[in-house]
Amino acid sequence: MKLKEKLLSSFMAFEENIDLENDIHNIRNEAIKYFETSGFPHRKQEAWKYTSLNAILKEDYSIFPKKEETIEYRDIKKYCIHDIDTYQIVFVDGIYASHLSQTTHDKFDACLMSSALNKAKYKPIIKKYFNKVAPQESLTALNTAFSYEGAYIKIPKGVAAEKPIQILNFSTGNEHALMIQPRNLIIAEDNAQVQIIERHHSLTDNAVLTNSVTEIFAGKNANVDYYKIQNDKITSSLIDNTYISQDRDSEVSMHTFSFGGKLTRNNLNFYQNGSNINSILKGVTIIEGKQHVDHNTLVHHRKPHCESHQDYKGIFAEKSTGVFNGKVLVDKIAQKTDAYQSNNNILIDDQATINSKPQLEIFADDVKCSHGCTIGQLDEEALFYMRSRGIPEKEARALLMYAFANNVLNSVKIPEIKKRITKQIALKIGVQLGFDL
Amino acid sequence: MAYTEQELEKDLKDKEYEYGFYTDIKSDTLPPGLNEDIIIAISKKKNEPDWMTAWRLEAFKHWKTMTEPNWANVGYEKPDYQSISYYSAPSNQPKYDSLDEVDPELLDTFKKLGISIDEQKKLAGVAVDVVMDSVSVATTFKKTLAEKGIIFCSISEAIQEHPELVKKYIGSVVPPKDNFFAALNSAVFTDGSFCYIPKGVRCPMELSTYFRINQAGTGQFERTLVIAEESSYVSYLEGCTAPMRDENQLHAAVVELIALDNAEIKYSTVQNWFPGNKEGKGGVFNFVTKRGLCEKNAKISWTQVETGSAVTWKYPSCILKGDNSIGEFYSIALTNNFQQADTGTKMIHLGNNTKSTIISKGISAGRSQNSYRGLVKVSPRAKNARNFSQCDSLLMGNKCGAHTFPYIEVSNKTAQIEHEATTSKIGEDQIFYCNQRGIDTEKAIALIVNGFSKEVLNKLPMEFAVEAQKLLEISLEGSVG
Repeated sequence: MKLKEKLLSSFMAFEENIDLENDIHNIRNEAIKYFETSGFPHRKQEAWKYTSLNAILKEDYSIFPKKEETIEYRDIKKYCIHDIDTYQIVFVDGIYASHLSQTTHDKFDACLMSSALNKAKYKPIIKKYFNKVAPQESLTALNTAFSYEGAYIKIPKGVAAEKPIQILNFSTGNEHALMIQPRNLIIAEDNAQVQIIERHHSLTDNAVLTNSVTEIFAGKNANVDYYKIQNDKITSSLIDNTYISQDRDSEVSMHTFSFGGKLTRNNLNFYQNGSNINSILKGVTIIEGKQHVDHNTLVHHRKPHCESHQDYKGIFAEKSTGVFNGKVLVDKIAQKTDAYQSNNNILIDDQATINSKPQLEIFADDVKCSHGCTIGQLDEEALFYMRSRGIPEKEARALLMYAFANNVLNSVKIPEIKKRITKQIALKIGVQLGFDL
Repeated sequence: MAYTEQELEKDLKDKEYEYGFYTDIKSDTLPPGLNEDIIIAISKKKNEPDWMTAWRLEAFKHWKTMTEPNWANVGYEKPDYQSISYYSAPSNQPKYDSLDEVDPELLDTFKKLGISIDEQKKLAGVAVDVVMDSVSVATTFKKTLAEKGIIFCSISEAIQEHPELVKKYIGSVVPPKDNFFAALNSAVFTDGSFCYIPKGVRCPMELSTYFRINQAGTGQFERTLVIAEESSYVSYLEGCTAPMRDENQLHAAVVELIALDNAEIKYSTVQNWFPGNKEGKGGVFNFVTKRGLCEKNAKISWTQVETGSAVTWKYPSCILKGDNSIGEFYSIALTNNFQQADTGTKMIHLGNNTKSTIISKGISAGRSQNSYRGLVKVSPRAKNARNFSQCDSLLMGNKCGAHTFPYIEVSNKTAQIEHEATTSKIGEDQIFYCNQRGIDTEKAIALIVNGFSKEVLNKLPMEFAVEAQKLLEISLEGSVG
């Protein structure tokens, strides 16, 4: 049975088993109908021109895991940022693992989507925010139809979350192939502050397909600092759809580190709904083998006096392929917009490929918009300089690459993450850092 | 009195198409419609050999299976291909030996355009192959060229007299099945220019063709073929103006350039077809396929100044097949009122050490939409490819739009690609600075637009640079001085 048919028939069973509000039922039904007509995206669509899902859709994924597998903290320890105190929301095969998690309801909510969807006290919030910024797109609609579990984080007015929140998704490989669809909702009300780290990881070599949707709402003057670490097994694929709605004076920054996985697609969409907003999109991609990473970004400037900064760096080795498809849209009224988009790439091996499409669509005249895209090699003169000072060529190359990628890390605000990513980059490139981190 | 932006905007709006007149010459026109019979009739009228007729029919057969593309960032009412007349030729055939025999009304037309043939003969040293509604009616300087062995004639003449060359090269760069409009053109093209530069010859003058669309309701389907043999050089100019029309006119031309080893072709275009009136009514649809093939060490340089047409859909491209070949693209696209332009280039790097440069300047005013769409592709076996692209947009007023859609596909690690784009408006302090020094706003804008486009204007041959500035002037009413 094809995956699409399987999903459609599973939906019936799924709907019968859960007891939810009517509104949500309607949203789900509408979403599945949309998915039924649109199907999975294919390469004829402009946004999917360079990424084909055919290979990963062939697997016979189970939609719901048959039984719960218990894993211990020691199994996942290395994937957590354990050297700092954090809240943790952990899911195993898409199901909440309470013994591994640390949630809170004290000053703010960092808990589960399922309880938010079911409990009456969350009803007005769900009504106000759920599925409000995510548009009707086939994969997002599919996620909406099956939306049940995920992280629910709500920071009330004026509250700053005192420690970062980790959202961790693990798959145990209990099934031959598993498809999981986490649904996260993050609300930072006016003047609120929060830092979030999101990670997906497979613990075995069985195929996993994650189709995740995250909706983020940043209120007036709110500050959301979000990190996605994508360093999964070569058997896992991730389609990450993130939609961010920003109110005036808010700042949302999103760092995406893509080091692993078979196919990674990041659909990152910013919608600016007030003035004086800052949106920051940064990414480092270092892949090899036959890996494929696709960054598909949109920044929609809808109000005047806003800024956006995009900076994506990529290093592609062996037969890996990279895609950058960035779009900056400036509406007529969004005067004085300052938008910058930059995409720099290095190809290491002959068979590596990069397809880059930085786009600007501008309808306002008093704006400062620019983009730059480069594809090239390391500076031969810099290499020569280092070699003439006794640094072997291999290490000189690695150092230069490290410096190239490391640029993006300057804006990382959590020192532990910076340290980890720096180490990860050094490891990926094979450089022995002669200094302590 | 200070010249305010509102006044300027109003002036821009009110600017009528200066070259909007219509020459009344009897035309020999086929009934509207498109089918095998029409194609055979066109082919017969042109007295073409059988292989040419078969080639046209093959293209038509394929065209019927294709659908009109709609991926471009333009919106227009799709033309009804069955209501167009596919052949129209001035009836005063055959050709004239001297200018005196030419229909005086036609000569008058040229005078209005400022390209009077006799004047150009004397002054510019430009051979003009004037195309009046699809058929060449006057060719000058043919003798000088013939001495060098250069063939410069209409394509129908070339089909008669140099069938071996035409047969070998036609469709070799733009195959008849390439795209919807190329297929249509291949089936119904009525005329165009043919140019052949023999081995080692440097063409002593700029070759120039003026295209005009004249007969109401006649689509213009030009086919241009330029072949530069080994180590030869040619600079080719193409300029266009069209009279005012209320219904939309379709123009689907195909231009093929072939630069063999060490050859160089410079192809310059100034396009000023009727862009529609200020309500966006009428205007020419310009759907053109232009492509050049570079063999070893060859160079193709496209320069274009696009100020006309209601809808432009045009991507002059270079296939850099030979090692060390070079492709260049310099463009100014100016849109005003309701004009829409989706233009850019494709640089396909196939050979080693190939280089390409793209400089694109977009200026949007009024309610127009101006898009740059370009592709830079480096194939896995193209070593040391080098590309530099720069796309700048200038917006005038907040009712227009500027868009950039660059596609960069690189599969070779030795490639070095740079792309940058900026969007800006004319700064108020820039204008203030000029005002302060006694330059009025209108002139200041002219100065700034001129400076903005200078990089591209500089690439035009002398004869054309003047005209190009004139056309910018017409499109931005007196604001360019």
